[in-house]
Amino acid sequence: MSTYILKRFLQLIPVFLGATLLVYFLVFSLPGDPIVALFGDKPVNEAVAAKLRAQYHLDQPFWMQYLLYLKSIFTFDLGQDFSGRPIAAVLGEVFPVTARLAIMALIFEAVFGIVFGLIAGLRKGKFFDATVLVASLVVIGIPIFVLGFLLQFTIGVQLGWAKPTVSSAATVQDLILPAIVLGLGSFAYVLRLTRTSVIENMNADYVRTATAKGLSRFQVVRVHILRNSLIPVITFLGADLGALMGGAIVTEGIFNVPGVGNRLYRAVLSGEGPTVVSIVTVLVLIYCLSNLLVDLLYGWLDPRIRYDS
Amino acid sequence: MTPDNTTTARHADSRRPARRTEHFVADVSETPLQVTDRVKDEAAPLSLWGEAWKNLRKQPLFIISALLILVVVAVSLFPGLFSPIDPTSEACQLANSDAGPAAGHPLGFTQQGCDVYARVIFGTRSSVTVGLLTTIGVLLIGGIMGAVAGYYGGWIDSVLARINDIFFALPLILGAIVLMQLPMFRTNKTVWTLVLILIVFGWPQIARITRGAVIEVRNADFVTAARSLGVSKFGALMRHVLPNSLAPIIVVATISLGTFIVAESTLSFLGIGLPPSVMSWGNDIQAAQASLRSNPMPLLYPAIALSITVLSFIMLGDALRDALDPKARKR
Amino acid sequence: MSASVDFQEAEYATERPLLEIRNLAIGFTTSNGEVNAVRNAHLTVMPGETVAIVGESGSGKSTTALAAIGLLPGNGRVAAGQILFDGEDISNASEKRMIELRGNSIGMVPQDPMSNLNPVWKIGDQVRETLKANGLPSGPDDVAKVLSQAGLPDAGSRAKQYPHEFSGGMRQRALIAIGLACQPRLLIADEPTSALDVTVQRQILDHLDKMTTELGTAVLLITHDLGLAAERADQVVVMYRGQVVESGPSLELLQNPQHPYTQRLVASAPSLASRRIQAAKELGVETDDMLAPSETGVVEPSKTDEVLQIQNLRKVFKLRSGLGKSTDFTAVDDVSFSVKRGTTTAIVGESGSGKSTVAQMVLNLLAPTSGKIIFDGVDTSTLNSKDLFAFRRRVQPIFQDPYGSLDPMYNIFRTIEEPLRTHKIGDKASREKKVRELLDQVALPQSTMQRYPNELSGGQRQRVAIARALALDPEVIICDEAVSALDVLVQAQVLNLLAELQSRLVLTYLFITHDLAVVRQIADHVCVMEKGKLVETGSTDDVFESPQQDYTRALLNAIPGAGLMLPPEVEVA
Repeated sequence: MSTYILKRFLQLIPVFLGATLLVYFLVFSLPGDPIVALFGDKPVNEAVAAKLRAQYHLDQPFWMQYLLYLKSIFTFDLGQDFSGRPIAAVLGEVFPVTARLAIMALIFEAVFGIVFGLIAGLRKGKFFDATVLVASLVVIGIPIFVLGFLLQFTIGVQLGWAKPTVSSAATVQDLILPAIVLGLGSFAYVLRLTRTSVIENMNADYVRTATAKGLSRFQVVRVHILRNSLIPVITFLGADLGALMGGAIVTEGIFNVPGVGNRLYRAVLSGEGPTVVSIVTVLVLIYCLSNLLVDLLYGWLDPRIRYDS
Repeated sequence: MTPDNTTTARHADSRRPARRTEHFVADVSETPLQVTDRVKDEAAPLSLWGEAWKNLRKQPLFIISALLILVVVAVSLFPGLFSPIDPTSEACQLANSDAGPAAGHPLGFTQQGCDVYARVIFGTRSSVTVGLLTTIGVLLIGGIMGAVAGYYGGWIDSVLARINDIFFALPLILGAIVLMQLPMFRTNKTVWTLVLILIVFGWPQIARITRGAVIEVRNADFVTAARSLGVSKFGALMRHVLPNSLAPIIVVATISLGTFIVAESTLSFLGIGLPPSVMSWGNDIQAAQASLRSNPMPLLYPAIALSITVLSFIMLGDALRDALDPKARKR
Repeated sequence: MSASVDFQEAEYATERPLLEIRNLAIGFTTSNGEVNAVRNAHLTVMPGETVAIVGESGSGKSTTALAAIGLLPGNGRVAAGQILFDGEDISNASEKRMIELRGNSIGMVPQDPMSNLNPVWKIGDQVRETLKANGLPSGPDDVAKVLSQAGLPDAGSRAKQYPHEFSGGMRQRALIAIGLACQPRLLIADEPTSALDVTVQRQILDHLDKMTTELGTAVLLITHDLGLAAERADQVVVMYRGQVVESGPSLELLQNPQHPYTQRLVASAPSLASRRIQAAKELGVETDDMLAPSETGVVEPSKTDEVLQIQNLRKVFKLRSGLGKSTDFTAVDDVSFSVKRGTTTAIVGESGSGKSTVAQMVLNLLAPTSGKIIFDGVDTSTLNSKDLFAFRRRVQPIFQDPYGSLDPMYNIFRTIEEPLRTHKIGDKASREKKVRELLDQVALPQSTMQRYPNELSGGQRQRVAIARALALDPEVIICDEAVSALDVLVQAQVLNLLAELQSRLVLTYLFITHDLAVVRQIADHVCVMEKGKLVETGSTDDVFESPQQDYTRALLNAIPGAGLMLPPEVEVA
């Protein structure tokens, strides 16, 4: 088991380095003066430009630049944004909000996805199954910003059941509607994954053997079908945590949630390259960590993996 | 536990008294003997694709999605046939700002006073173009990378797998945002810029699927048989492995087409996709966002068009999966 | 003496059958409408008795047995008839009643030990839930006791392991432990050992026999092997296409089969055929069970050279273990033998013996680590790409899996034509003519040309594979378990075809198989392999009549029906 974790961890290092190198390369090595370019349409502020040049060590060779940049990430010395605030402090403000939002979305999609998926799978081919299948396709098919506006307009504005926008405190209550919107796509996916997995397990030989032992239907479903079906679902959910945080940009934009995505969006619109790079790098790091989490979960859930070295 | 070599038939077991068991023989006329392993000649020959098509034709999900896609493709090819008003030539009239439906303008007007229906019809082309071109590009790059990695294995596979992982760590939208906000793409972007960027971050999924499908087939006995007939390694890949790996790739590519259309509209919605001069659903939704509470219609209609288009591709992919997936077929 | 027998018979006459199936019909709802899987089936199992249902795939044997424990698949149902368990009709019993019966009254041992244990639970947990569900004490000691009774050594600590840490034989013991844990009165054993190596198979069946005899459990044994059925059961029920065609006391059925289907089965079952050959040899009688053409007469003397010589062949695989480390695994270890032109040499061994690795190396698909393969005087490892291409024409394979060996996208014409096209032989018209000839040779109608593999049965696909292998007029054919996946009658048919082609075309076969019974029928020479090493080699007669090694003896003893006393020839009416 420990070699398995170590191996997985070692495999993630090149991925993290590669992805950050890619982002860094794209932003800082394409033709043109990156600092001037970073200002985009705005007039170049020489003071800020000088600071940026120093911060990104542009007088150094490319590899040196990248290594120094990595060092700054791991020391949380991420420089300043255009308004002069340290980016690390900005991230410290926005990340908890997005984490709260992503975890709420994750709970929503896990609970409803697994319950609906299990029922649909156990009743394969029946009315409930058919309805849920088509409905899940519709949810997957509608882009998240369309869903967001739709729910914001109907539930938030017209029905007034939930707040259409989020206060600056971003409390759990404020985030219910955004979390549902953020989690809807994955909810449909979890549902379909659970359903497929349940159907596959229902036809498994060991389930028939379990029935032949004299176990009740409930015991067979709980101990054998559900337990085994949850392996792929839980690993998906683990990986989805990272994806939800990175994918919150649209949802946060619509509901005005003061989170990472919103900050990223504003940085994109105002052309704050360094902020964009910093946020994306942190998101890549979260992605890598959530993948490590998945591997741990997988090893814990499936004994066959533990001994596979 | 030692193997009991002296085991004889149970009837010889002396502990067991003989039970009278009658010797039953069924009437041969009721249980006629048939020729062993006769070839069934009745039905016409049917290839796997033929069989898949036969199954598909009966699926309502396939029929609906295929018809919708035909309509969407027709609209994007000949928008003039569907809308008498050409929003590119007829300037929007501010006097009509946010006006409701009127004769000849069934869906009303946007804040800029443009005809919503005409914009929805003429916006189809850019979405479909981006989706289609990206899918083709992704199939070429991801397909080749995945096939090479899966078929040849070894260090090539390891290297390609790491590259794949790196790109996977940057989700499509996030990666596209990083690139699109760069000044060089901000200033002079076209449909092609967007397609290029979506391909750069979209290929890993197809590569992964292709790799898996190729690995599943490459060790099949028919590939070994072909190799021992003298077919070259590359020949076996092209003639046997790839044709048998196509089914899952087609399914994922169809669904991806929908995903890329969403990606385009999301980026346009965020203001970093297609330039505002290009008519697209994403741009229209972004423009209509400001007046959502006073006049939701200009946002709603392009959103519906977008959703239906994406949904048709996802439904088509789902129907294809059911028809092409041999595992699903056995059940 | 006779009085006591009479007394016992009288006692049995009033005894109630434990399981009685009367006029059973089972239907399945499919997309093509209702399909009758079983019609008019009937059988009786008395308490403590072993009854075997014998049949080929699709005969309805498993379906009938599953109906008796209420485990028909979701789309199946009992359409007519009765299933009486101890007098109670359970054919349409409530699920609640079936749950009461399962485990403690009717137990089951399933077929495939790999897929019938839940991979995520410990073996002990899976035994414990059986005891618990049937209201028996289920402490760790009880679990260990049940496992050790099934012959699992060191049961206490084994119970804490997961299925993937068990070998196939140990898993099957665990499944037997589960099936018998609650001491049911009836045990349904569905091909309980088909997935195991022959020697393990025999041990497990012996142990199952011992346990059920001690417990007085009646057994309903489902098997495709008539020899095994006759050896293990008091009574045999033969099923064919969903119907019972014959039933009766095992030995009587074997010696005096009445129904034409049973007669065919008796004539074709390899275990019985090999047993008959053995009996005939002992009596010095000729028998038609021998499929191998005798060496003299068929082959011209000038061609009896050694077409294949294998010298000190070794293959070492590097197994990766953890971070960058690797260990060597010797799959084939110093193997030498030679094959005479026009004869059949069988390589026999259990899984992991390295027999298929040898085949891969002879086919030049895998490079040997050391040693030589000399084909017609030339070391095959020295061939350049042009010579290798020519070599491919002369040595052709036929594989085990009839479902995997044909490209599903190619129709039969393209499949058989591929070798001709690859070697640029003839033009389109002459190739089509050749394909037609080849189909004739393997006794398939020419109309098969336009069909696709998914439309053909396993035996038909194997014929197509043979036709493809013959297309280039090869000299040597490597049959890698070529008939193992086929039903008994189809297997016999394909073996006959192979023998006939051999004598007509002077083919040399290298026959890779785990089935000694088949070897007896078809091979001239045998090489017995164990764990990568060649343990014994010789003519088939020598090896079967006076095996020199313990391992060979164990393999021979494991052929089902080895203990049966059969006349050398069975009268086939």
